[in-house]
Amino acid sequence: MPSLINQLDTLDRRLIDGYQRGFPVCERPYAVMAGELGLTESELIARLERLQTLGVLSRVGPVFEHTKAGASLLAAVAVPKNEQEAYAELINQAPGVNHNYAREHDFNLWFVMTAADEEQLDKRLDHLEAELDRPLLRLPMLEGFHIDLSFPIPWQELENP
Amino acid sequence: MSDSTCQSEPSTGAVLDEQDRAIVLATQSGLPLVSDPWAAVGQQIGMSAEDVCRRMQRMQEIGVIRRIAAVPNHYRLGYVANGMTVWDIEDDKIDRLGREVARHPGVSHCYRRPRHLPKWPYNLFAMLHGRSREEVERQAEELAALLGHASRDHLILYSSRILKKTGLRLAVDSPERT
Repeated sequence: MPSLINQLDTLDRRLIDGYQRGFPVCERPYAVMAGELGLTESELIARLERLQTLGVLSRVGPVFEHTKAGASLLAAVAVPKNEQEAYAELINQAPGVNHNYAREHDFNLWFVMTAADEEQLDKRLDHLEAELDRPLLRLPMLEGFHIDLSFPIPWQELENP
Repeated sequence: MSDSTCQSEPSTGAVLDEQDRAIVLATQSGLPLVSDPWAAVGQQIGMSAEDVCRRMQRMQEIGVIRRIAAVPNHYRLGYVANGMTVWDIEDDKIDRLGREVARHPGVSHCYRRPRHLPKWPYNLFAMLHGRSREEVERQAEELAALLGHASRDHLILYSSRILKKTGLRLAVDSPERT
């Protein structure tokens, strides 16, 4: 899929750069953002809608700290390659699963299980493990060295590969 | 890019009450793009705009919400290669080295996780993002150089496919949206 970067004008880029954090939690947040960018509120909202439709923004909203907002765990499972689809479907349908990636390794399905607390998390994992009838590699986070997913976007570099 | 560390023992989420959870569920896929998003969220869950706003502020203060952002989809911006690098690091060096790895520009997150011997000897995970596999490999080489002999072995696990990706999914026992 080609990068959509050439469809973004200077204001789009300022908007994305400027709001990697600090979305105003006040009465009319989009009006405040619009003021900072020299737009009207409806112009700003239209821009955000367009960026979401393009898929350049996945959402506008809170980024939660999983360890404080509930319990979560990275798990992996090794499944036969020709049955990967069926196993992936079982995993995706299990309550609490939010990411699921196919990766090139014996452990070829990697997913994140979430729950309200540790007890529910264990139950969900045990249940899924029984359903898959394959041992799960359970990889809880023991320490986070770098847990903020925002990183600066090098626009020029991306434009000139 | 911050390189803060966080607590080593995950807490259980006890700081949130039912109303906070309702807000988490209602906002994790994004805020409505309307003039008063707090009122729109409140309407969904039977809360006033002021309550939603106040609780959002509180969740930010106590660190349940890390940040509120226009969250870019890096894949769509051209970062099409993502490699999960996993490293087998000497235990007594992992705290120091984990911090150093996390500071590397291509690394978006970096965690210590348990080994599961004999099948899984890796205890440090660093996610790399690049515009190509070559770029990810270059970054992994830089990390390998930084880690030196403290790393006994490492792998790059590329994602061949995204099978599911949503925001945080919390607390509900019914099947969640896909």
